[in-house]
Amino acid sequence: MSLKHSILAVLSIGDCHGYQIRQEIESRTGQTWQINIGQIYSTLDRLERDNLIVAEGPNPEGQIRYSITPEGKAEALEWLKAPVTQTTQIRHELAIKLALAVTLPGVDTELILQSQRISTLRNLQTLTTAKMNASESPSDLAWLLILDSQLFALEAELRWLDHVEGLLLVSAARGLESQNELNTKSSKRGRPTKSVGNGK
Amino acid sequence: MTKMLIDLQDIRKTYGTGDAQVEALTGISLQVKEGELVAVMGASGSGKSTMLAIAGGLERPDSGTTRVDGMELFSTPEKELARLRRQTIGYVFQDFNLIPSLTAIENVALPLELDGVSKGQARKAAEEALELMQIKEIAKRFPDQISGGQRQRVAIARSIVGTRKVILADEPTGALDSRTGEAVIRALRERIDGGAAGILVTHDAKNAAWADRILLIRDGSIVDEARTKRDLNELMKNV
Repeated sequence: MSLKHSILAVLSIGDCHGYQIRQEIESRTGQTWQINIGQIYSTLDRLERDNLIVAEGPNPEGQIRYSITPEGKAEALEWLKAPVTQTTQIRHELAIKLALAVTLPGVDTELILQSQRISTLRNLQTLTTAKMNASESPSDLAWLLILDSQLFALEAELRWLDHVEGLLLVSAARGLESQNELNTKSSKRGRPTKSVGNGK
Repeated sequence: MTKMLIDLQDIRKTYGTGDAQVEALTGISLQVKEGELVAVMGASGSGKSTMLAIAGGLERPDSGTTRVDGMELFSTPEKELARLRRQTIGYVFQDFNLIPSLTAIENVALPLELDGVSKGQARKAAEEALELMQIKEIAKRFPDQISGGQRQRVAIARSIVGTRKVILADEPTGALDSRTGEAVIRALRERIDGGAAGILVTHDAKNAAWADRILLIRDGSIVDEARTKRDLNELMKNV
């Protein structure tokens, strides 16, 4: 998540001090992003060093006000326009777990799929209840948007679980065996054996 | 005490004979109390629609007991059963099943009128049901003059009109886009919170998630259930 760009985006609306920036980002992301204030200040320092913002102060209350430079504004706009290419992690835990499970002899993949399905449904219910209780007021809009993104992701996960189950059924019906014992034939690479007494 | 409105015990149902015999339900038990919505998910042919038809008194099980609002459906004489179906149980189908030559309000009032309720009273009850579904303004329009989402809300209004407190919905959002479908499910949920019990058969997990419990059914029996919700804050920590 780009804290740097989120700070620039907030400053593009107007000048803020550090604590205010944190509050703005948190409220604009439905309170789902809890940011450490120290992290905000260290990022502000880097932005100032790169001439993307300028600092002014401290005022009598000891607050430093930050304002965005034209370069910073351009950077924020550029970030907003650019698509996020890394939206999914290829090796997320569930995919890896299932990929391993289907190759392990004696593991009941159906059981794993089933307990995952129930767990995902429980998450879906939890978020739906939160959605039920949210109003459609502008202040809840960011929160609803985050909730919906999670809801759609969970729905996709359930569809994927169904798909995996179907795939395994088809492959079993064709007599394809995915569960293998260890491959002990040729493993030339790997951790070298310790040599004893070579003096080095 | 909260009332148990739907109580199915060990329901079995087989179709066909000999080699062509298919066990549609192999001993299903399910209880739904007032204020509760239960979603049923499962692949096509898993038995979920058969279960709904039995709970609604539309199909007779081979064995087991089916109590709705305290009354055993299948030991009740046919005439009584028909009355119970009209007065207590509301059905919502995917394709709305509205009568095209009747206005929205006439469609909603129809079950009551068939039941001998006076025209004025039936109309008043229909108006209340339409208001609950927030579609009072389309009361005088015909089904082909309103949107799919509005049609489905009319169908739900018809299913809850009068004293009915058991709602059985079979893929009620199947023909709707996701936003309209969500509005329909929200309306259904609100009605149930107001003192009814419902079973929602759906393949759509996002809709099922509006239910208090989600049952997964496979080959005619309940294989699992999602019941307790998680702590929202814990869940959103990783977002």
